[in-house]
Amino acid sequence: MQSTVNLDHLRGDFPILGRTVRDGKPLVYLDNASTTQKPDSVIDSISDYYRCHNANIHRAVYALAEEATEAYEGTRNKVTSFINAESREEVIFVRGTTEAINLVAYTWGRANIGEGDVVVTTEYEHHSNIVPWQMLVQEKGARLEYVRVDQNGELILQDLHEHLATGRVKLVTFSLMSNVLGTISDARKIVEACKKAGVPTLIDGAQAVPHMPVNVRELECDFFAFSGHKMLGPTGIGVLWVRKPVLETMGPFHGGGDMIREVHKYETTWNDLPYKFEAGTPNIAEVVGLGAAIDYLRSVGMSNVRQHEMDLTEYTLQQLSKIRGIVVYGTRDLAKRGGVVSFNFADVHPHDVAQILDDAGISVRSGHHCAQVLMEKLDVAATTRVSFCVYNTKEDVDALVASLERVAEVFKL
Amino acid sequence: MSNSDIYHEMIVDYSRNPVNYGRIEDPDVTFHDANPLCGDSIDIDMNMDQGNVADIKFHGHGCAICMACSSVLTEMVKGKSIGEVRRVGKQDVLSELGLEHLQAVRIKCALLSLKVLKSALYTYLAKQSGQGHDADSLKNEAKSLY
Repeated sequence: MQSTVNLDHLRGDFPILGRTVRDGKPLVYLDNASTTQKPDSVIDSISDYYRCHNANIHRAVYALAEEATEAYEGTRNKVTSFINAESREEVIFVRGTTEAINLVAYTWGRANIGEGDVVVTTEYEHHSNIVPWQMLVQEKGARLEYVRVDQNGELILQDLHEHLATGRVKLVTFSLMSNVLGTISDARKIVEACKKAGVPTLIDGAQAVPHMPVNVRELECDFFAFSGHKMLGPTGIGVLWVRKPVLETMGPFHGGGDMIREVHKYETTWNDLPYKFEAGTPNIAEVVGLGAAIDYLRSVGMSNVRQHEMDLTEYTLQQLSKIRGIVVYGTRDLAKRGGVVSFNFADVHPHDVAQILDDAGISVRSGHHCAQVLMEKLDVAATTRVSFCVYNTKEDVDALVASLERVAEVFKL
Repeated sequence: MSNSDIYHEMIVDYSRNPVNYGRIEDPDVTFHDANPLCGDSIDIDMNMDQGNVADIKFHGHGCAICMACSSVLTEMVKGKSIGEVRRVGKQDVLSELGLEHLQAVRIKCALLSLKVLKSALYTYLAKQSGQGHDADSLKNEAKSLY
């Protein structure tokens, strides 16, 4: 197979990929759906921030404070254009996707979901897009309903239409890319159906944003959440984007400094958007690092990233299909899946597969991937998952395949 | 020694053909627990007779380490008195399978069934009158295993 883009030269930008593990084995990192490695430019931006510009933001008049504020707000501009938001006021910095979804559940959800109302999610959500809604519907006497996943690992949209037809649905929430199956949701169809029914939509973009072009204005959703650490950026930083007319109706999340306009003894007025939702001193260095990660991804080009990972996924599916006993979950249609491949190998438990791969320096994830609802649906306790990023190569896949042969040997398959 | 050396003959065989695997119909005591991080899940059923473990079976799903340790543990305690079962510690299970140097992240796989066994025992003792104190200390033992 001929790769249409060659990104092999990028590996040198990621210092950790040069190290060895487990007695001198070169590191083969295939757990990118969990977190990605960081290029020098991201690492250096954080170090440079602390070495040269560290100060609190939005307050003091001195030079460092001005530089820190510029760097922080500069990333907000980068995020705004990266996801093609209409306005920087719609971009709120949070700790990650989990906090973003909890923010929506806590503020918008508590104000708009009542007794007998329905929140619709899907069977392939990460726990972070299930549990906050369970907590909310329990508090409000509302209900949580699911769009099921079919044999191909795709959403059964008929379920969505049936839920919407009840007239009780107040929110539909779904991930743009499944963290287990890699399925890319048909967001256009889902949002269109929801809009027709007057129901707002939340999209969990944690897996999609790092791996394909994303445009929130084209998606036409109302809420969009993603994490920095899955897109070459630091941990502890993420983004919640909310369409401005919706954001303007929302009450604050955390109370404290920076989110206020005036505080009196018994009452407070709120700051303007988006600061109203960013209480306390934020993760300034991590925001700066996120800005560097966006610069890096833009320099590679998100269409190139997507093409590269499609090529790797195609190669992986081909290679795995040659090994007897491997069952791969999810669709074979590359247009509908990202660079995430979950599989099981005969009756060998994924932890044992992962342990033997680790011995060869290969990092993969084994377990339920924070998606126990989906595991129940697939009727498995766990899977082994490989997930790609810009810096992965066909050689990484070859190393994986060679070590899977070792698994077969140890377990006498 | 590499970490995958743990996959020696005995572990692989026990995981493929677990001993005492299954359920006891209407057992005197049953207990279930799972590792929230990896999803390993074990149930132990026991019948007691005059303070001894008359029968014991386990079922559930787990990795090779979890299944092998469950097999060995149930073999170890079958027919033993409550006092003897209480004295079975983590080293007993690990050394039986040559897992003394197991990585920290896999310890929970190896000891899940021991935790379930101790929990089953305190559940049983708590049901017996006048044994409350014993049950509580066993509960703490089970909790502090890993």
